[in-house]
Amino acid sequence: MINRGAVRAIYTHEMTRFFRTVWQSIASPVLSTVLYFVVFGAAIGGRIQAVEGIPYGAFIVPGLMMLTVLQQSVSNSAFGIYFPKFSGTIYEYLVAPAGWIEVTAGFVGAAASKSILIALIILLTSFFFVGVHIAHPFWMLAFLFLTAFAFSLLGFIIGLWAKNFEQLQIVPMMVITPLVFLGGAFYSASMLPPFWEAVAKMNPVLYLISGFRWSFFGLADVPVGLSLLAVGLMIVVCLGTIAWIFRTGWRLRE
Amino acid sequence: MSAIIEVDHLSKQYPRGPKALNDVSLSIDEGEIVAMLGPNGAGKTTLISIICGLVVPTGGTVRVGGHDIRDDWRAARKLIGLVPQEITLEPFETVLNTVRFTRGLYGAPPDDAYLEKVLRSLSLWDKRDAATRELSGGMKRRVLIAKALSHNPKVLFLDEPTAGVDVALRREMWQVVDQLRRDGVTIILTTHYLEEAEEMADRIGVINKGNLLLMKPTAELMGEFGKKHLTIDLYEPLPACPPELAERGITLSADGRSLGYDYDTRSDRTGIAHLLADLARLGIQVRDVATKQSSLEEVFMSLVTDKAEDAA
Repeated sequence: MINRGAVRAIYTHEMTRFFRTVWQSIASPVLSTVLYFVVFGAAIGGRIQAVEGIPYGAFIVPGLMMLTVLQQSVSNSAFGIYFPKFSGTIYEYLVAPAGWIEVTAGFVGAAASKSILIALIILLTSFFFVGVHIAHPFWMLAFLFLTAFAFSLLGFIIGLWAKNFEQLQIVPMMVITPLVFLGGAFYSASMLPPFWEAVAKMNPVLYLISGFRWSFFGLADVPVGLSLLAVGLMIVVCLGTIAWIFRTGWRLRE
Repeated sequence: MSAIIEVDHLSKQYPRGPKALNDVSLSIDEGEIVAMLGPNGAGKTTLISIICGLVVPTGGTVRVGGHDIRDDWRAARKLIGLVPQEITLEPFETVLNTVRFTRGLYGAPPDDAYLEKVLRSLSLWDKRDAATRELSGGMKRRVLIAKALSHNPKVLFLDEPTAGVDVALRREMWQVVDQLRRDGVTIILTTHYLEEAEEMADRIGVINKGNLLLMKPTAELMGEFGKKHLTIDLYEPLPACPPELAERGITLSADGRSLGYDYDTRSDRTGIAHLLADLARLGIQVRDVATKQSSLEEVFMSLVTDKAEDAA
């Protein structure tokens, strides 16, 4: 029997912390994304020709949303579980009648909610700068939810693994951000020379951005089914890893 | 009284480490207060951690309220509250919110009336809206107790509740435990301080190197080991202990200037009056008399040493 009260308690606790630091949580990522719109959309975008018939300013909207979702999902989730480890309050989660499913659902659910909320604010903001049409709203939301969930799970693993703040930040900074930039956030993979296009297609983030961009414009670098498969595979692998960590107590009960 | 905690042949072997617990068995009744005594690394915290679910045992079983902690862990953990040794609180959270959060973790429905009762009993109600970082050390400890009691547990574990605190705070904690005793909460506490165990516990367990050396009612333990020593300083040194005194176990110091006598304060006749009368009869003049309670520290050390010698 799942302890729903524990899921609710952790979720509410995390969301309360999010709204307590609202400027840091919402204003900061929104502001930095607005700057992307101003620089790449309005200033430089006007001088760049349309990408596959889509104005450059609009073309980068899905990429910017994905950039934010990936960064926010990973950092919120990683910090969420790392902070109790750092402060010592992790014992509360481990002695409570709550298993890995409840603890993960609480933290990951909150982290995904935060990043989805920020992504939607960014989408609303983009309407002020560029004309954006969403071709497949349902799939746009589906990709948004699945990607936020998948990368919140990844962040949760990073938070469980991290032994210090440096480790906590190194994966988002050194791995996630480069993968997003090289995954077609600001360009289409088809714009690359054939060799680099092949290399780019080895980047899993490209599949997410491609699927998300398809939901906006009906255009994709890779088949949409592959994008769904990539995010589904990532969710399964992450859930398996988290279950293993809780079962063995690795970095948790040491 | 029925047993609320049953520990049966419990063992824990850490990888690349010594055996932290070695075949420990014990039973604790509902409403009891039990103190587990032992030096650092004795296995006290490991024992508590296993019962609470923080550490996985390598052998043996534990049942809490009849629920096995591994097969029926959710039901077992609902009955337990844990106050850790370290003060671990989220610094920016308010007292009431952090207590509400813990109650939620246990799946208990919101009940602010109950939480108010808990906070009032711990003199924390006036601080309910204060961030935990603003509280004194004593208040933080009480917040940890409030969190542990937030879901109305049947058993409360206090892991060294007074470690590193001053005397006033220690007394304050004793009062809190006394209040909990009156409320009928079963309490298992670990401590270095034998005085603390004597003050609070119904039974005392002594644990060392992972072995439970003994577990006895506090009064019985104190009766067995709580002796007093009488030292009599003499005006003139004696060349040897008079035979009639030596027969009664009285000893003469090496310099011949004092006599020593061990007695039990609980016995009907301590023999002191008889001894003083004998000294007067023998013409031995007394300069001074002093008594010393054999400290619980000495009791503990003698226990640990004796058992170690027996094992050898």
